[in-house]
Amino acid sequence: MDIKTLNKVNDYLWDIPQQGAMRVPGRIFATEDLISGMDEKVREQIMNVAALPGIQVASMAMPDAHWGYGFPIGGVAAFDPDEGGIISMGGVGFDISCGVRTMKTGMTRDEIMPGLSQLVDELYRRVPAGLGSEGLIRLSPPQIDEMLIGGAEWAVKKGYGVKEDLDYIEEHGRVSGADPSHVSDSAKKRQHREMGTLGSGNHYLEVQVVDEIYDEQAALAMGLRKNDVVISVHCGSRGLGHQIGTDYLKSLAGAARRFKLPIRDRELASAPINSPEGKQYFGAMSAGINCALANRQIITHLVREIVTDMYPQGRVTMLYDISHNTCKVETHTVAGRKKRLYVHRKGATRAFGPGMIDLPQEYRHVGQPVLIGGTMGTPSYILAGTEAGMTTAFGSACHGAGRAMSRTQAKKQWRGRDVIDSLAGQGILVRSHSYAGVAEEAPGAYKDVTAVVNAAHHARLAKKVVQVRPLACVKG
Amino acid sequence: MKTHFETFEHEADIGVRGFGTTMEEAFENAARGLYSVMVNIDAVKPIKKRSVAVSASDSELLLVEWLNALLSLSDVERMVFSKFAVTRDGATITGIAWGEELDRERHMPRVEVKAATYHMLRVDRDDGRYVAQCVVDV
Repeated sequence: MDIKTLNKVNDYLWDIPQQGAMRVPGRIFATEDLISGMDEKVREQIMNVAALPGIQVASMAMPDAHWGYGFPIGGVAAFDPDEGGIISMGGVGFDISCGVRTMKTGMTRDEIMPGLSQLVDELYRRVPAGLGSEGLIRLSPPQIDEMLIGGAEWAVKKGYGVKEDLDYIEEHGRVSGADPSHVSDSAKKRQHREMGTLGSGNHYLEVQVVDEIYDEQAALAMGLRKNDVVISVHCGSRGLGHQIGTDYLKSLAGAARRFKLPIRDRELASAPINSPEGKQYFGAMSAGINCALANRQIITHLVREIVTDMYPQGRVTMLYDISHNTCKVETHTVAGRKKRLYVHRKGATRAFGPGMIDLPQEYRHVGQPVLIGGTMGTPSYILAGTEAGMTTAFGSACHGAGRAMSRTQAKKQWRGRDVIDSLAGQGILVRSHSYAGVAEEAPGAYKDVTAVVNAAHHARLAKKVVQVRPLACVKG
Repeated sequence: MKTHFETFEHEADIGVRGFGTTMEEAFENAARGLYSVMVNIDAVKPIKKRSVAVSASDSELLLVEWLNALLSLSDVERMVFSKFAVTRDGATITGIAWGEELDRERHMPRVEVKAATYHMLRVDRDDGRYVAQCVVDV
């Protein structure tokens, strides 16, 4: 993106001046370097979102922003229903509530290392992953509806995990507003075999070690010390979420035409929040969020069983669970006034600052843990939400590194087997159901996550707490 | 004239493109492109037959509906397909897909496709042949 078209606010914040149909300015949280690496289409998409009815404050892009479907990936926008605000499928995407959950193991690197190879084999064997994998449970249609309303809370009631887990999930593991009656039968059928599965692509299950601590006090609040081992899972709402996205892309694209919304790109498929179509989408999308939360909860249960089977001293507890692709109703202060807004985060995470009541007691003074995933070969980061981020970005932060290279290019450049061997040489054990998939996900195909995280830190969206390094990774 | 399929590059995902002497043939080849992203389609035997019918207000939206109906079928029936026959009647197409149950050894699965999108969506005539393409979300 041409930096000369932007107004510099500071080294980490740049504005796209309001122009043409834009109702608000654009706001990019990134360094000059990161912005120069962004496609021109990102600017176009930020401007298109800025023209949507009811948008508040600014159309925002996080440091890892890239060209998406309607919204940029890394796009954040909030809409007020009382000002004709819209809800957009393009602001959520197909993998509803795809997210990251990090669990503590109660063990250090030295304790886990002797069994690491066996641990990753067990994770690979017992957590279903990859194209066509099937979960261990089958849900009948009435059970699916219960799951869609209950989210992770439903999973815990069914015996997958413990009640305490729920305190460490956004909205305590269950969003309100889910309405299974607006989820199609085909979406429910697609989920029949897929509960408790990881998926493929950039989804993973990773054993990580705390390598560096940036903020002692926040790390202490999160119960993290140097050399502690954690396990992170990245996955989403599976076939059900994909089908909700597919169904409502069509329905909201139609609604946008019917309501004559000023939409410049049909991928922004939108409807007024208060219209029947808008309400149906919100009900279905919220059900999709609950499905993703239940899915990660079932995987947590499997991980807990595997770890405690192998390590008598192991104790798997939750650090936190965040979602990337969501639209949530939240209260934010706009021009001194508290408003209930529909906050879209597409490839961006919620990053609530200190004091928010949704946070568990022990994190309330440090802010929400923000889990930012790297690649199989690079570190991931745990940050904490800030007060500044609440004011400038509706309490949001970036979600990952973003790709630097297409999947096709990556496959030309690397062979899956070689990637696995080279990572093994660095002491990182990789297990995957697909060599081609591993090549596509090679660490070199991604941008530098550290640059993205540093930009988020300096832009004060979230502050760095710890860095974790991969020890072993299961890919779908 | 070549009648085939290919995939094309996209920053985060991947595009599928089918060619044909008719639009129907381009749709059939786009579907082959879609399954080539997911598995080694040469290994998929066309031994079981399934059919779907979809409709949409224009030919581009019809392509997305067609591909998404196949993805849904694949998830629900745990099948993959390698051969397709499409007939069109105005805004509706009926498609037949031949394939078999997914075999995780033989079909060499690569990556799941979540959905066909409106991104870089195009159904058009180009140098006397039809092109049907879109980016798919993986």
